[in-house]
Order: sequence, then structure tokens, then C-alpha cells
Amino acid sequence: MSYQAHFKVWRGDAVGGGLADFEIAVNEGEVVLDIIHRLQATQAPDLAVRWNCKAGKCGSCSAEINGRPRLLCMTRMSVFGQDETVTVTPLRAFPVVRDLVTDVSFNYAKAREVPAFVPPADLKAGEYRMRQEDVGRSQEFRKCIECFLCQDTCHVVRDHEENKAAFAGPRFLMRVAELDMHPLDAADEMGVDRKRSAQEEHGLGYCNITKCCTEVCPEHIKITDNALIPLKERAVDRKYDPLVWLGNKIRRRGE
Amino acid sequence: MTARGVHHASRAAIPARHLRTDRWWLVPAGTAAGLLVFVVYSTWRAFAGDDYYAAPYVSPFYSPCVAENCVPMKGGADWEIFGAWWGLSPALLILIFPLGFRLTCYYYRKAYYRSFWASPPACAVAEPHKKYGGETRFPLILQNVHRYFFYFAVIVALILTYDTALGFRDERGEWGHMGLGTLVLLANIVLIWAYTLSCHSCRHIVGGRLKHFSKHPVRYRLWSWAGKLNSRHALLAWASLVSVMAADLYVYLVASGVFDDPRFF
Repeated sequence: MSYQAHFKVWRGDAVGGGLADFEIAVNEGEVVLDIIHRLQATQAPDLAVRWNCKAGKCGSCSAEINGRPRLLCMTRMSVFGQDETVTVTPLRAFPVVRDLVTDVSFNYAKAREVPAFVPPADLKAGEYRMRQEDVGRSQEFRKCIECFLCQDTCHVVRDHEENKAAFAGPRFLMRVAELDMHPLDAADEMGVDRKRSAQEEHGLGYCNITKCCTEVCPEHIKITDNALIPLKERAVDRKYDPLVWLGNKIRRRGE
Repeated sequence: MTARGVHHASRAAIPARHLRTDRWWLVPAGTAAGLLVFVVYSTWRAFAGDDYYAAPYVSPFYSPCVAENCVPMKGGADWEIFGAWWGLSPALLILIFPLGFRLTCYYYRKAYYRSFWASPPACAVAEPHKKYGGETRFPLILQNVHRYFFYFAVIVALILTYDTALGFRDERGEWGHMGLGTLVLLANIVLIWAYTLSCHSCRHIVGGRLKHFSKHPVRYRLWSWAGKLNSRHALLAWASLVSVMAADLYVYLVASGVFDDPRFF
């Protein structure tokens, strides 16, 4: 069953732009990306959009649909009423390049600031052995497709450009958590304190756990409950917990 | 003034603060209303200093009772640690602990940051504040004391469990009694424990802080259980908030003589 839908799509670049109106055919079973492609094919051949896998696995087609950060390829048209206007805009936390394409290099810069996995000194590649229960927590975070919807929706940087220097964002704090929980990561032995750096270098304290990152994650990773809050608790362990402090004092005396 | 946030010069030029078309304001408004009801009710009851004991039931707002001006409670948590100089309601001495536990709770933080402070009011809805430092500095850095309040909350929950057990005695102190009040206190303490044990700090302390679960199978099991409860932390936060209010209201109604406690045996 086909129908004519009303779309508003943001057209423009860094200099300026606005929402353009389109009437476009929608067929049963289609997703928003299909409609954007039909717009390119029939009405706006120069419409810029980033996309790749059309299967919700590459993380390329992130945009905002009716004001909510979503993947264009994973948003079914059937979730909208036939008389509803569908508004598509680029991610609003990052600098716009053109139309629906934004410059997400902020995220790559932040990725480089997280120290990589530190292999154990006594194991060669191919000798890593881990128990499933030990690596399970880190594996959840490996589902991340780096669509950066969590980075886009996080109000710490979305609403405060000036915080971008100090705050890594949920995706990269989750990366710190993934490595800190990794059973074979030997960062501690190499003098890399991931708990300290989460707080002092990656801006963990800016997170006020309002969970928008979790709400928008297309991989349904429990970013807040399983990564950010445990990371905050780990920071509390080393800095604020009186019992841990006392335990460490006693242990050090005994050594 | 330079444009901020989503209106920053580098971002897509969209005048609206947000383009959400759903009723995004409904959840923060409902949350604010629910929390306000509790704040008003608990303020009234905490300052009332009256009608909190109807043998064998004691209101959870007044237990343990640590001032000398508490009404005598047969075998109850009535300890008079504070002596006679305390002239205000005895609830004020003890409520600070469960209140602190809930104020610093990760779920309630989300709830009131969104509904009262609009930081953010909802996802992808621009917040009204010019500056944002989150929990990096005073006073919000104090949210990290949640761990301390968790330790106190466990003690308070143990005392309320004792109070619930006393609900199985009648007003003369003899065991083998059950009234509607016993069930109300029982439901309340089950929810209080479920909320307390589902706490993120609890989940971390019992096992989350470990690097190798395989070396600590018991703590891994405890962590898994805490995780299952933790996934319902928000629901338990609300359920226990309502139950603690309901338990206090029940005791108040019985103590003030509105009705007699229906007795099963």
C-alpha cells in the first residue's frame, strides 16, 4: 500500500540553511533512508546523506527524525501516521558539512585520547585465554557500531559546545569502562590508571546519568547502568569510600 | 551574546530548541508531580511528631526512634540515644539517612535532574542553562557520597525488618498475631529491601568492582542477582516510595483512631 508523505528535510551547509518541504511516495515496509534515497533519485539529486550498510550495523546514517537521534535505515515509516510530517535533520551536536552530513571528527579525536588495550607482558598474541564470565561485561560494549547517536544526544556537549574539550562523551567513557573491566588489560601494571583518567582526563564527572545515551542506542547497550555508573563507582572506590581507604591503609601496613 | 549549544554557529541552522513531536514533557511533569506529593506528605509527617505508633505497628518514618520524646514502643527500636534536649519531632533525626540515600541514588538523580532542573528536560530537548559543570564540582560532586548512604540504608532496612517482625505480636506483646497493618509493613519492607539491594552501589560492592569474576564465584552470583534487581531499580524506587508513604499513612490512621486495625488472627 503506497501513500504520499510530507517530509521536511534540512538543506544547507555551515553558512546557513533551512527545512525544505517535499511530497514523496512511501511504500509498505520502507524505512526513512529509503525515502531519502527516493528524494535523491526524483527531486533532490544533490541531497547529501551519509549511509552504507542499510542494516543498522555500520553506524553511518545517523540523523535526527522528528527531533530524535536515530538511524535512518532502522526507522520504519510505519511508526509514523500517514498524515504526519516527518522532519529529518542532521545531528545537532556536531558541525554541519552539508544537508544531512555532519563532521563527526570530534569523536575520532576523543577516541585517540583513550589509551589502547595493554596486553599482558607474559602472553604472546594467540595465547590470550579468558573465561566467558570475565569478559562478558566488556563484550556488551563491543556491540557499539559507533553511530555516535549517544554522543549527539548527550546534553553535556550538545547544549554546551565549551564542554567538548573536557568531556569524552558516553561512547568513549564506555570504552574506558570496557578496558578497565577487561580481564587481560594490564594497564595498571604499566602505570595507566583508567579509573583516575576517566575522572580527571575524560570528564566522567560531567555525566549526570540522565540516560539519554542509553535511550538512543540502536544496539540497546545499557551504557549508563553497565558502563558509566560502574565507572563512577570505581572512581568512588579510589577516592571517596572510607572503607576502601581504610582497607588499603591496613593492607599497605601489612606489606 | 554568542549562540550556545544547538544554536552554535557551527551547527545546522535550526531556530527551534528541539523538533520533537511527541509529548516529551509528560514524563518529567509526572515525575515532578509524584516527587512533590512525597515531599509535601513526608514534610508534614516528619514534623508532626505524633500518631506514629499504634501497637504493635510503628511508622517507618519514626524508626528507629532515638530521642527521649518518643512514645514508648514495647520491644521496639526506641533507644533514646539523643536524650531530652531534642525537642523537635524524632523523625527528623533519622529521616536524613533514607532521604540522603534516595537523594543521591542514581535513579532519583536522573529523575530530578530532568524534572526539576531541566538538565536536560528530555533527550534532544535543549536545556535552558548557560553553563553546565555536572557533578565535577561542589555541591554536586557530593553525589559521590551515595556509597555512605547505602551503608546506612542497610542498617535502617534491618531495623525496619525488626519492626515488621514485631508486627506479628499483638498490642500486649504476645506472638501469633496478624493484622492488616502486619501485611502493610511486610509489603513495605520487601520493597525497601528490593530497592536497597538493587542499588548501583550495592551491585558494585558485592561484585562489580572485581576484574575476574571467575576467581570469585559467590560474589559473581551476588553481582548477577543484584544486576537482575538493578534493571528494575526505577520501578522499585517508586514502589518503595509509595509503600513507605502508605505504611506511614496506615499507622497514622490507626494511631489517630480513624479506624481499628482489621485483625486476621
